[in-house]
Amino acid sequence: MSIDITLTVNGREINTEVSPETTLVQLLREHLLLTGTHVGCDTSQCGACTVHLDGRAVKSCTVLAVQADGSEVTTIEGIAVAGGLHPMQAAFHQCHGLQCGFCTAGMIMSAIDLVTREDDLDEATIRKGLAGNICRCTGYHNIVKAVQMAAGQMEGRGHE
Amino acid sequence: MYSFNYSKPDTIEAAREMMRSAEDGIYLAGGQTLIPAMKQRLSAPTDVIDLSSIGELTDIDVSDGRVRLGALVKHADVAGSDAVRSAIPALADLAAGIGDAQVRNRGTIGGSVANNDPAADYPAALLGLGASVHTDQRQIPADDFFVGLFETALEEGEIITQVAFPVPDRAAYAKFPNPASRYATVGVFIGVRDGVTRVAVTGAAPCAFRSAEIEAALNAEISARSLDGITIGADDLNNDIHASAEYRAHLVTVMAKRAVTALPK
Ligand SMILES: Cc1cc2nc3c(=O)[nH]c(=O)nc-3n(C[C@H](O)[C@H](O)[C@H](O)COP(=O)(O)OP(=O)(O)OC[C@H]3O[C@@H](n4cnc5c(N)ncnc54)[C@H](O)[C@@H]3O)c2cc1C
Ligand code: FES
Ligand code: FES
Repeated sequence: MSIDITLTVNGREINTEVSPETTLVQLLREHLLLTGTHVGCDTSQCGACTVHLDGRAVKSCTVLAVQADGSEVTTIEGIAVAGGLHPMQAAFHQCHGLQCGFCTAGMIMSAIDLVTREDDLDEATIRKGLAGNICRCTGYHNIVKAVQMAAGQMEGRGHE
Repeated sequence: MYSFNYSKPDTIEAAREMMRSAEDGIYLAGGQTLIPAMKQRLSAPTDVIDLSSIGELTDIDVSDGRVRLGALVKHADVAGSDAVRSAIPALADLAAGIGDAQVRNRGTIGGSVANNDPAADYPAALLGLGASVHTDQRQIPADDFFVGLFETALEEGEIITQVAFPVPDRAAYAKFPNPASRYATVGVFIGVRDGVTRVAVTGAAPCAFRSAEIEAALNAEISARSLDGITIGADDLNNDIHASAEYRAHLVTVMAKRAVTALPK
């Protein structure tokens, strides 16, 4: 069985056919070649595959592509502003919020959703908010700093 | 994942019909349990029937002393609903503590309740508040709904449409989360309404249950002190790599005390 779906990915309308068992991350990486989104575990644990589905952070390995029919998807490739880095990307760069970078795309997508939704971002809220994203390298310290820095800068920019 | 047929009906009737004609059909809500289970081939349905287009299942209604949550209401929506939070803050907090943000953005109350994972949070709230599960066929009191390990009173093809919680005078939930998944190693929900205290325990046993001993102690006096000396038997409790049965038994009274202490005055 294959199903015709239409969705918007990073502002571009995509019309394609997928088999029902295709996950959203497979559609993104293998069909659309948007390989910025990573697959760490493929078992809903690590958050490396996090993208925005209609503005909310989701694990794209745990969403079927057919479930995204009619939706808007934003991936790490879609967040840069006017040719430059998104403030969250810039803050990760500046605060050294990554080492190997494997978790980073997912971390950034979760962090943007968190900052967009929560006003009062103390360290505990950030750590709780990123609980669905696992990093094997950094020890999280600089990730928390980066999110705090970006939160300050994203204010007044008009959230996503 | 094995291949399967996928459909997305707009109405409950159409969903029921698709389920009837499927060889081995299964409903899909948020997919946060079903999709991982299908990847592991623990579940291998021929037909996946996606309920997400059935609009009437997404309503949150707080009125007449009841909080009514449509089956498709997501954990994040419960956590973020001012109406739910002002009526039953413990329920909003419970939802805010399920899994992680991404899981809360997809997972639904209907899926959680239908799945009846022994470590899930919602079953404790349903039992502790004396909620009822509404389906396309009937209403089932929570006390009769959770039957056993991953087992509920739902009949073949029956669809949960809504969960209705009576607003309590006071309620609180305390959970000892598994640090990796945030599922409850043990969670205790206490609801007090019209002078009657209900105490529900999740995570400890194969199925969430009400603790008659703790209820009796708290119905005598609602204080953490009245739980001193109560010991829960470990015989029928879960024993796994995360916690031994004895440890879980101990956690039940510890979490019950924390929940009592957290009850709003
Ligand atoms: C990493 C991770 C951490 C988690 N942590 C927690 C946690 O801490 N606490 C917790 O409680 N849960 C936790 N969960 C589970 C989560 O809450 C799931 O969302 C929930 O158990 C299932 O809801 P769903 O909407 O995703 O259902 P689905 O996965 O879509 O469906 C689950 C089952 O319910 C059936 N079903 C769904 N809707 C209906 C309906 N309306 N009528 C009849 N049957 C229906 C389906 O057929 C299926 O059998 C976690 C999940 C993950 C992946
Ligand atoms: S790859 Fe999706 S959660 Fe790990
Ligand atoms: S930077 Fe290596 S996993 Fe996070």
